[in-house]
Amino acid sequence: MHGLIFRTVETFISDSFGHDTWSKALVMGDVPVTSFEAMLTYDAALLDRVLSGCATILNRPREHVLEDIGTYLVTHQTHAAIRRLMRFGGQDFVELLHSLDELPGRTRLAVPGLLLPGIAVTEHRPHHFSIRCDGGPLGFGHVLVGLLRAMADDYGTLAMVDHIGAKDGSEILQVTVIDAEFADDRGFSLAPQNAATAS
Amino acid sequence: MISTADLLQRLRPLHVCVGKTGHISGHGRSLTKLGVEDLRGKRFLEEFEVLRPSAIGSMADLADCQERVIRLRLRRVPDIVLRGLVINDQADGIILDLSFGIAVVDAVRAFDLTAQDFSPSDLAVELLFLQEAKSTAMAASFNLNARLDDARLAAETRALTDGLTGLHNRRAVDGVMHRLEQSQTVYSVLHLDLDLFKDVNDTFGHAAGDTVLKHVAAILRRNTRKDDLLVRIGGDEFLIICPGLVDRTRLATLSETVIRDISAPFEFDGHRIAISASIGIGLSLDVPHLGPERVSDNADIALYAAKRSGRGQHVFWTKELGLTLADMPLSQARRS
Repeated sequence: MHGLIFRTVETFISDSFGHDTWSKALVMGDVPVTSFEAMLTYDAALLDRVLSGCATILNRPREHVLEDIGTYLVTHQTHAAIRRLMRFGGQDFVELLHSLDELPGRTRLAVPGLLLPGIAVTEHRPHHFSIRCDGGPLGFGHVLVGLLRAMADDYGTLAMVDHIGAKDGSEILQVTVIDAEFADDRGFSLAPQNAATAS
Repeated sequence: MISTADLLQRLRPLHVCVGKTGHISGHGRSLTKLGVEDLRGKRFLEEFEVLRPSAIGSMADLADCQERVIRLRLRRVPDIVLRGLVINDQADGIILDLSFGIAVVDAVRAFDLTAQDFSPSDLAVELLFLQEAKSTAMAASFNLNARLDDARLAAETRALTDGLTGLHNRRAVDGVMHRLEQSQTVYSVLHLDLDLFKDVNDTFGHAAGDTVLKHVAAILRRNTRKDDLLVRIGGDEFLIICPGLVDRTRLATLSETVIRDISAPFEFDGHRIAISASIGIGLSLDVPHLGPERVSDNADIALYAAKRSGRGQHVFWTKELGLTLADMPLSQARRS
């Protein structure tokens, strides 16, 4: 499994709760690594242990940890590049939702080897969407929930994003767009204001 | 049915229409973002410079380029080179369909273009996405490489350093010898062995022995030049390799100073410790073309001779000492 996934969990825990908490999470999860490198590959089975260690040490359900990771990816300065790359997906939040089908492809284009679940978006009626994530890593749906909530905020859109369950390896999300101009859009220009950096 | 002008405006935000007189009759909305005002009515070739094909000087030249891709730039924006397809408008004028090509990254930065400035079917935004995604991923990769390289350097340095004294260790000697072999400079090798060191270890313990070795390393550092290589090759043996230094008088002085400093008694844990040292010296000049291994072996033989002739001495290798320890004349050996 791509190191970026592990590295994201690590920076989320370290940035939000301190390096000590990260070390403890690794101990709780019985993970035989002290730090993950973004550009190396790790045994996929480690992810479950890392996440269970994080959930234990933070004393909150794994789903909440995953959601927070999604939000963190878009809002934290360390990952400013990710927010920008997401904004390339659409000029408003609804357009972004429609572009989610392309997210795994775009991700692969950016980082070959970083495999995300297949994403299928359906607009049942205006402003009401369902999103299906097929294939691993299981739990990605929760990350997407946090990520979409943060992106809605970024566009100044009021939307409800919920995870409504998993079945046969697929996760289903429900999104309702309530007000596209609820608040100010944080803004996005095609040209980066300063050179994007990655952690 | 939508008019041709509207269709062009909707589909190609970066087009220019030029009438048969060479004046611009219309252009796409995004062109005004490039720092130019309304271009209508202006002479095309006064506003644009055609770079390729060269020698486009008239409307007729331009019309001859139909169905071809030309490279051009706005005279007011010389940094951004555009590509344009020349289309015959069937009314003695041309339509130029422009694109930034690979310059799109610079253009977006220079003119603050937005997604609306490109045709929705244009891959420009995808190109920008890719460019930014690649830079981000590349930065992460470079970051990893830099850290791995630091770790490699640190490990290499550790591998070549004697942990106790901080001098080079035996593993470093090969690299040094190899460099000497490649270089054209003359050099000397001093092989130093402590006298009575075993007694220090036996009498005062290993902590005292370690202190002595560090003390000796400090003396060697103090008395040698920056370019000299100091190696602890094991136990109580050291090599001093001096590139460029083959003057016997200076080497004798160096040896005497080092032996004198080492022989000066010093205090450890309330005990007075007295040791000495013997030095054998090999010069590259003595055995030209035979390589650094030979010079080093000669230093070893000379050291043996120095030990035999009493402690606290230095001896230069000479032919009489032979090329192996077994060659050493008995008279020399017996003198111990």
